[in-house]
Amino acid sequence: MPVHAIVGTQSVPIAVILNGEARSLDVSPATTLLDLLRHDLALTGTKKGCDHGQCGACTVIIDGQRINSCLQLAVMQDGKAITTIEGLSKDETLHPLQAAFIERDAFQCGYCTPGQVCSGVALIEEGRATTREEIREHMSGNICRCGAYPNIVDAIEDVLVQRGLLVREAAE
Amino acid sequence: MNRFSYHRADTVEDTIKLLSADPTARIIAGGTNLVDLMKYLVETPSTLIDVTRIDALKGITETEDGGLRIGALVSNSAVAYDERVQARFPLLASAILAGASPQLRNAATTGGNLNQRTRCYYFNDPATPCHKREPGSGCSAIVGLNRIHAILGASDQCIATHPSDMCVGLAALAAEVHVAGPGGERVIPFADYHRLPGDAPQQDNTLQQGEIVLAVVLPQGGQGYAGHYSYLKLRDRLSYAFALVSVAAALEMDGGTIASARIALGGVAHKPWRRQEAEAALSGRAAETSAFAAAADLLLEGAVGHEHNGFKIDLARRAVIRALAQAATGTPQSQTDKRIA
Repeated sequence: MPVHAIVGTQSVPIAVILNGEARSLDVSPATTLLDLLRHDLALTGTKKGCDHGQCGACTVIIDGQRINSCLQLAVMQDGKAITTIEGLSKDETLHPLQAAFIERDAFQCGYCTPGQVCSGVALIEEGRATTREEIREHMSGNICRCGAYPNIVDAIEDVLVQRGLLVREAAE
Repeated sequence: MNRFSYHRADTVEDTIKLLSADPTARIIAGGTNLVDLMKYLVETPSTLIDVTRIDALKGITETEDGGLRIGALVSNSAVAYDERVQARFPLLASAILAGASPQLRNAATTGGNLNQRTRCYYFNDPATPCHKREPGSGCSAIVGLNRIHAILGASDQCIATHPSDMCVGLAALAAEVHVAGPGGERVIPFADYHRLPGDAPQQDNTLQQGEIVLAVVLPQGGQGYAGHYSYLKLRDRLSYAFALVSVAAALEMDGGTIASARIALGGVAHKPWRRQEAEAALSGRAAETSAFAAAADLLLEGAVGHEHNGFKIDLARRAVIRALAQAATGTPQSQTDKRIA
């Protein structure tokens, strides 16, 4: 088969698993995943901060990996499983990291929070951060203008401790 | 973003055909740089060729002579956390983890990292003259804010730097870039892949019309440096910022004596900066500051500062000395604990 889809500038059908649900969508090639989520699907939990991959507010989880949705073309997501902030809770039960964000007051204005939470959930699944310092480094792709960083690190640390992935150091 | 035609390519051959037929077509994979540039209207491709389905560009495999072949589509994260890369080419893993953010490293690919464009403010702003973006229009950086710009190998037309950390590691490891085009496949030594701006700053590299990067190959010889290396990156904040100066240092040690050395600089030129004379000067020398300083001086010979970036010359000299000391003692710079030991 030479080129299996010379699709031009017209809308393209894609099939994705979005927050656990199979969806068939028609997308224009010039639409980013972020705009597809917010404008076409009314999933406005994912935020547009800089729209240039510099702030992390648009972070979603694609096939298990945290990704800046503002720099992804929707048309390239065919066949992928996408989880947004709306897909993290189960019915009325929050994801443990969402609960930890509330417990630790890990936000002020809240605009960066969906991206922080999606990024933190992926960080926990990656299992590479085992100290506060490593949490900070591995969360460096998410900017918080309010400066809630210490509480964000606390919240992520709580979940890592719950999962036995991190032993909290005694307070100095 | 402009409207464009979207093509999903199944094979390298399809991609070459599409690229050859349309000089304004662009390959897209991770999208982290190209989509960004399209939003700024710096890139306005007629056609995007999505190569992410091409199996031939995927995976990390052993080469016959004991090196590693990294497919062009392998993400920066996948390279950095690959056990073989970490064990045999830890300098590359460290360089990658010094760059960008986890989200960007998950999306960004090996081929895309090589071909990313400069982060010169003026290149990214179509309202200003820029020879690289629009040949013949002028250079805003030479007379503008040039704190982040080049001190080595620049021309009177362009003082942009190549922004990659990964490429600085690849340069020090003398990687090969395997490419394919209408004329078949060829291998480009890493030192010859990126180019200096000269009077054609619009050309970042030596890739020809219709060519695509297939893979980066790490030759077996680079493994000799696994015990003594460091990637030291200096920037305006501790994480998630481009380098003002970075150093990839790698030594083969024979007791306290340097058997061979590799040094590449990032953030200072249009390409990762290596100089054979600087590396040769370290061979057979005791691993001590005077030897490191002599090498740094050779590496930085001819460096020229502009209004805002003259500080980079001394910063680079000190960074080279420090990175070589870290390499010699087998204590590479941590990419988590940013204190510089």
